[in-house]
Amino acid sequence: MTIKIKVENLNFYYGSFQALQNINIDIHENRITALIGPSGCGKSTFIKTIDRMYDLIEDTKADGTIAFEGINILDESTDVVELRKRIGMVFQKPNPFPKSISENVLYAVKRHGDQDKKDFPSIIENSLRKASLWDEVKHKLNQSAFSLSGGQQQRLCIARTLATKPDIILMDEPTSALDPIATSKIEELLQELKKEYTVIIVTHSMQQAARISDYTAFFLNGELIEFGETKEMFTAPRDKRTEDYITGRYG
Amino acid sequence: MTRYQKKLRMRHFYNQAFKVLLFLVIVVSLLVLVTLLFDIFRKGYQTLTWNFLTSMPSGRAARAGILPSLVGSLVLIALTALISIPLGVGTAIYLELYANRRSRFFKLLQLNIANLAGVPSIVYGILGLAIFSQMLKLGPSLIVGSITLSLLILPVIIVSSSEAIKAVPSSIIDGSYALGVTRWKTITGVILPMALPGILTGSILALSRAMGEAAPLIMVGAVGFVTFLPDNLLSRYSALPLIVFNWTSRPQEAFAQIAASGIMVMMIILLITNLTAIIIRNKTQSRID
Repeated sequence: MTIKIKVENLNFYYGSFQALQNINIDIHENRITALIGPSGCGKSTFIKTIDRMYDLIEDTKADGTIAFEGINILDESTDVVELRKRIGMVFQKPNPFPKSISENVLYAVKRHGDQDKKDFPSIIENSLRKASLWDEVKHKLNQSAFSLSGGQQQRLCIARTLATKPDIILMDEPTSALDPIATSKIEELLQELKKEYTVIIVTHSMQQAARISDYTAFFLNGELIEFGETKEMFTAPRDKRTEDYITGRYG
Repeated sequence: MTRYQKKLRMRHFYNQAFKVLLFLVIVVSLLVLVTLLFDIFRKGYQTLTWNFLTSMPSGRAARAGILPSLVGSLVLIALTALISIPLGVGTAIYLELYANRRSRFFKLLQLNIANLAGVPSIVYGILGLAIFSQMLKLGPSLIVGSITLSLLILPVIIVSSSEAIKAVPSSIIDGSYALGVTRWKTITGVILPMALPGILTGSILALSRAMGEAAPLIMVGAVGFVTFLPDNLLSRYSALPLIVFNWTSRPQEAFAQIAASGIMVMMIILLITNLTAIIIRNKTQSRID
């Protein structure tokens, strides 16, 4: 099994508050890794470190190593623009751009300027197909993205991420704002996506983690309590705190 | 009647009373405005002819026209827009998206811009006279007038553009950054298009204000009575508020009449610009939604 990302001794600070403490984790290629834990445990902060989105938040600092293709993502010299093309992010609430459906998919492609213009129609179709949205929107690609339902908007956000040809997709509770049907569609989609991409997903729901992920990491108060294969973690947790959490004793 | 019904009754009464009070407030302010407009219209509509619009001013009210001031005002405002909008929007982009918001310098800048918006317009006139007219030896020219008006409305444009940029949801901005789009392309790709309606509305309202200004223009040497059209940036010029001022300060009734017509011309132009602002806003907004 190839390791896509190797995190070693990661610490993260908001001002003087330490939000992540000495995190060590291996992210496996073409697998879904779920991050679970109660609110404020650091799981969302953790995925923000992987594509350096924390750069946008003032007064934050990270140290340690996140090794990805021979570079340390946390290095000052890392080109975050290139990095974020390779590592896409899907947010908690669908955030399509106020543009048409096809413009949403092409948004980053056009602005990166590294793909041929005559490929645009096929990029639109392929991205939307991979996000299993094509059949629902193929007849109205020029309509505003806001005309779509919440679940469709979220799949559009996935499609526009796929259009930049990433290796890794980060998802920050992508279904927490969606109804059960839209959620199950996205969960099915994830099983397709992992054939081509490495997925890291933050989730509030332990059931979701158990259903969809291959690996699970349990965070608590900024520490990684337990990390392992999902099957094992949910049947035989090694740590007492993990057991308490997954059996619903807190969180 | 129970205690509860009594209380409910009182609440309904207060509710109604307050509604009536608010309505009266509107009536008072509107009444003043309507009276003023009606008076101007009554005086001015007869002399507001095509001839009036296309003639030079004259010592005889019956032959006097408004052409140099009309052209002067339009050119002045166009130049002012060309100078003030790029400067103002650029400043707002810097302040909102590049400047370190917690630095002393940033706070000082913000405080100053807010204060500048409150400085009396005549002070800008004095500034324009001292720096552009005299120090830079540009004289009482069209370009000095438009630079002065630009300075006057710059704070308003900066503040309204800043507000419009601030109102762009951070989730959408993050969405753009997360796709590996650079800051500049995020600005041109989502931030400016979404802020555009607000920026345009603020800018056009600011320009309408500049259009009605007389004081700073008098300071930098614009005049009411001019019998030629401005043909270059260093031309002398007139503007609508100045010719109106010139006419109203004459004793003859006939001049009071054409002054009213001049005011009507000014108001029609303001109405058109404001209408354009609304149309542009609705158009860009519907493109976004």
